[in-house]
Amino acid sequence: MNTAATETPSAAGTPAAGAARRRGRDVQGTRRLAALLLSPTLLVLALVIGYPVLAGFRESLYARGEGLDAQGFVVEGDRFVGLDNYTAIFQGDRADAFWNAFSNTTFFTLTTVVLETLIGVAMALIMHQAFKGRAIVRASILVPWAIPTAISGLLWRWIFQADGAANALLREQILWTADGFPAKAAVVIAEVWKTSPFIGLLVLAGLQMIPRDVYEAARVDGAGPVQQFFRITLPLVKPALLVAVLFRMLDVLRMFDLPAVLIGVNQKSVETLTMIAWFEASNLRYGSAAAYATILFLYIALIAYLFVKLLGADIIGEARRQTKRERRKAA
Amino acid sequence: MTQAKRLLSYLGFAAVAVYCLAPFYWMTISAFRRPQDQFDNSVVPSRWSWENFSAVFSGGNGFGRALLNSLIVAGLTTVLTLLIGTFTAYALARLDFRFKNAVLGLIVATTMFPGISQLVPLLKLFTDIKWINTYQAMVLPSLGFALPLSVWLLTAFFRQLPFELEQAAMVDGCTRGQAFRKIIVPLAAPGVFTTAILTFIAAWNEFLIALSMVNKKEMQTATVAISKFTGVSGFDQPFGTQMAAGVIVTVPLIAVVLVFQRRIVAGLTAGGVK
Repeated sequence: MNTAATETPSAAGTPAAGAARRRGRDVQGTRRLAALLLSPTLLVLALVIGYPVLAGFRESLYARGEGLDAQGFVVEGDRFVGLDNYTAIFQGDRADAFWNAFSNTTFFTLTTVVLETLIGVAMALIMHQAFKGRAIVRASILVPWAIPTAISGLLWRWIFQADGAANALLREQILWTADGFPAKAAVVIAEVWKTSPFIGLLVLAGLQMIPRDVYEAARVDGAGPVQQFFRITLPLVKPALLVAVLFRMLDVLRMFDLPAVLIGVNQKSVETLTMIAWFEASNLRYGSAAAYATILFLYIALIAYLFVKLLGADIIGEARRQTKRERRKAA
Repeated sequence: MTQAKRLLSYLGFAAVAVYCLAPFYWMTISAFRRPQDQFDNSVVPSRWSWENFSAVFSGGNGFGRALLNSLIVAGLTTVLTLLIGTFTAYALARLDFRFKNAVLGLIVATTMFPGISQLVPLLKLFTDIKWINTYQAMVLPSLGFALPLSVWLLTAFFRQLPFELEQAAMVDGCTRGQAFRKIIVPLAAPGVFTTAILTFIAAWNEFLIALSMVNKKEMQTATVAISKFTGVSGFDQPFGTQMAAGVIVTVPLIAVVLVFQRRIVAGLTAGGVK
């Protein structure tokens, strides 16, 4: 691979170097082609992801507002305020609002991911059984996944009305969509309903890759169903499950649509970090909104880092293994 | 023993199906109630009616336009994503170059970025260049989450294709471009198609960007429009109409999902397992 880089022009003229040069040109051609094919994607991502993240950070150091200039005239526009937007978040009433949103976000992430994982794994185990109606059940599992989140928010808002289906079923009079803990529970229930099938599908795919004779060998050795689950199924499904859980976690941490539609924006009980940032932005306080967004971004990055480090979720692991294998084949 | 086991798995299957379908059933059935029976909690409507559906398309909501907007935004996002993503995925799956894993890692890592940190600067930028209330203001940010997903899926699909065929074509005198067009593209069609469906669904379901980049009713996408339906008097939420609109938006998606069930499951799991 380095031949092209080290090749000197003087060697290129001799006939012996002909083959090397051709190979060198090929490598160079491949590189140029790769760069050509990759650049549109990287360009778009730099434009709509890279730029906003950097510009957002810069924005978070500015405030919009009117000030007086040296001559006493009112000037409008952005004004550099350093870390003021950040310190403001942690002061007084706004500190309460921030910690409330932070703990809501964390609460939703923990509860929904745990429940989703339990229900999803149970679903996968049920669907893994050889059975005639399996195709129908697998089709029905895709229904919650296909419904847009905003629509499912409306759907659950309808179910959780004071005189709606949930209360009729429970024979209770709970004010789900008003405030307080029931509102949180409503969001968790709706979110778990929509996303546990996704985990179920991923785990099912993992289950189907486990060869049957492993279980037979375990049975011969006298392992019961419970032992089989914890000693064989779970370890072998773990890689698939970890990636699914990571994706779900990253998704809940930035939750917006569901609580916004189901309960409403600017509601203390369900306000997430994304919602609080969105509310600031919709009131044109861009600097403050950008500060919230930056904090959320750092929080998500931290959680993703910890998750990958502690549990070893290997997202591009398969890709790496594959290239290694190719290299070995080539060598 | 086997009899009991069988009964148990029947029950399990029934539980999964009820869990997944009951809320959707409730939405559909509520849409078919007469507005005056809206708050009946009977399992089937006492009187079936299309009134909610005609209310969806009544003048004030502009729902037909919203559907068209959704179709344009999701369609454009899908086409652009596939156009750009296919080339990148081909390079990542087929070509050998340095930093390949780093590039793939970088692309996948961008899916981690929260939409809100993308939103604030883009909102400001689009306000400055007068892009608010335009399709491109919704399509361009959507590429940010659609591209990583589809590059990731397409790379997984391209890797499964037999490399030898392409090499053989090149030995027979095809250029790399010809081999790509004549061998890889037809073989990859199912994978590309699956990616297209998944991208379209993701773009169709998008809410945060569509909500923020548009403040004119005529440019709203369907998901945003439905959430903003208003009742006769300002405060009561027209649930019947909203459920009917929800059915209209969801049923085509569900039909597509059911028809291409196998492909979609393969696509979803290609990201996680493969």
